[in-house]
Amino acid sequence: QDCFGRPIASAPDAWFDVVERHSNDGNKTLQRTTKTSKCLNLGSYNYLGFAAADEYCTPRVIESLKKYSASTCSARVDGGNTKLHTELEELVARFVGKPAAILFGMGYVTNSAIIPILIGKGGLIVSDSLNHISIVNGARGSGATVRVFQHNNPAHLEDVLREQIAGGQPRTHRPWKKIIVIVEGIYSMEGELCNLPEIMAVCKKYKAYTYLDEAHSIGAVGKTGRGVCELLGVDPADVDIMMGTFTKSFGSCGGYIAASKEIIHHLKHACPAHIYATSMSPPAVQQVISAIKVVLGEDGSNRGAKKLAQIRENSNFFRSELQKMGFEVLGDNDSPVMPIMLYNPAKIPAFSRECLRQNVAVVTVAFPATPLLLARARICISASQSREDLIKGLEVISKVGDLIGIKYFPVEQEKVASVDKLKKLE
Amino acid sequence: MASLASTLEKLTRGNKRTEKIRRYIVVESIYQNSGQIAPLDEIVKLKEKYLFRVILEESHSFGVLGKSGRGLAEHYGVPIDKIDIITAGMGNALATDGGFCTGSARVVDHQRLSSAGYVFSASLPPYLASAAVSAVNYLEENPSVLANLRSNVALLHTGLSDTPGLEISSHVLSPIVFLKLKKSTGSLATDLDLLETIAEQVLKEDSVFIVASKRSTLDRCKLPVGIRLFVSAGHTESDISKACSSLKRISASVLSDHV
Repeated sequence: QDCFGRPIASAPDAWFDVVERHSNDGNKTLQRTTKTSKCLNLGSYNYLGFAAADEYCTPRVIESLKKYSASTCSARVDGGNTKLHTELEELVARFVGKPAAILFGMGYVTNSAIIPILIGKGGLIVSDSLNHISIVNGARGSGATVRVFQHNNPAHLEDVLREQIAGGQPRTHRPWKKIIVIVEGIYSMEGELCNLPEIMAVCKKYKAYTYLDEAHSIGAVGKTGRGVCELLGVDPADVDIMMGTFTKSFGSCGGYIAASKEIIHHLKHACPAHIYATSMSPPAVQQVISAIKVVLGEDGSNRGAKKLAQIRENSNFFRSELQKMGFEVLGDNDSPVMPIMLYNPAKIPAFSRECLRQNVAVVTVAFPATPLLLARARICISASQSREDLIKGLEVISKVGDLIGIKYFPVEQEKVASVDKLKKLE
Repeated sequence: MASLASTLEKLTRGNKRTEKIRRYIVVESIYQNSGQIAPLDEIVKLKEKYLFRVILEESHSFGVLGKSGRGLAEHYGVPIDKIDIITAGMGNALATDGGFCTGSARVVDHQRLSSAGYVFSASLPPYLASAAVSAVNYLEENPSVLANLRSNVALLHTGLSDTPGLEISSHVLSPIVFLKLKKSTGSLATDLDLLETIAEQVLKEDSVFIVASKRSTLDRCKLPVGIRLFVSAGHTESDISKACSSLKRISASVLSDHV
């Protein structure tokens, strides 16, 4: 119980303050104390380091807070559309490589409110088996038939598509009105990239629309931070709808959808989340505008490029070190999300508490976010962590791992040592 | 209310399954699209008779209704623990973004771990949370803002009650004042055109910002289109009288050929 919902007392930068809590009744209720401990942050989605006060972003955000106030108190169509919102929509569209974009106040809502508008009864949604629950909710709410294909398996996707197209709609067997295939850029619980080029090829062959959810990958992967499309060499014009959130790499809140002008125009007129919900908070919008400008290098410095190189270096270094130590780490290279498998649910509090005691804060994930026996600790690398921070984190995790016994793979150093011995003999 | 009673009656009579599943009545306190207020005392009576739980959505009445602004339950004098879950968005009275959900401790604890929108979504930016805290503190210390709001709403109602061609269809106490056409032109599209012309002209000529209601294609309920005015405690009396007079003038000119 005390491993979830820990309150923090400062911005989620590389090092942050975690409030200590104690309990009088066996962890049923927890009271906050006034003590905080400074911990290494390996859990926040702070991929590019914009979560802390930034020299370019923060003054502009404070100015917009004074000018526009904390909330627009109105829906986008009524009175909530400020200059900032239109500027951000154009900027996002340009950044991602699509003609137009639309903004929403919350990333979760973006998925669950958009999918019912795009497709309705008589349509088919084929979604990856490990898709985020916001996509699942949106798909269920739309009334279309939903089929699942095995995670990252283009061959199975092709099988499912062939079967469904041949069968047609349930009961009437008429052809489907629309087929949308939904995948994510980086899967948040596995840390692996989606097999985008092959999936795109399958979709093109069977003329299905594609919807790419780049919540974790926008701004974090790719040479200029443009996400999975850039990293894997897929043209953004091929993907029909690209969705993303601003919470992870840009240090703000909210989500966006980028697509062709006609689709965005239709969404603006029909989407209930746009018409009825309060629009994004103006300081949050300004934060994203400044963050994207830094990433693109338009603020006049090359901090954006440095951050992107830093996060790639950090994640590759961390991952390779963890694997050398014998941990089972999921995820592909270049992905800043790395889950360390714990498997046994009893090890979750042990790992979490031990790490906290040694001033490293990690996020542990259990059921229902992952299957019951596949519990894991999820590490999120940030561009604001330096090499020393990472080395300290590695030491602590290694010690804790020995204590708990999660080093499931044999340590690789032995092989290297024996090769050295052979060389010396020669 | 009669419709709700008959629906509940139909659902529970002779239907064994309804006794085993969880049953909820979901209502909004002030409806965003029509400005009507839900009759909470009757709903609570029905709920107790038929054993349902009530989920009350208070986005527009939180900080508005009730003696100290505590919402619909205070307004009707219903004890707050008869309502099981109250949710509200903070974008209206509290002038921040986000929303909250309250209930008994067990309900809220359950939501913390299993509510999909809470667990799988990023949390509020801290500055919005602190803005909401200060707003609630301010409301507790200065209940005079409520009196201001109420007098403004009453003023607007009396001012607009004799607008040519339009009538007020929202509740007397609701801060969302909803005006709809007395005589509809027959199609929703032309109605909406007329109303939007009124709204645009009012903005251009007198700098009064009002909106015509907009509907999504996903909406299943049929509500009339109208012009919405949102009243604030920050408006002064002269602001409100200016809005009334300009609206009367413009609607007289635009609707003169339709009456």
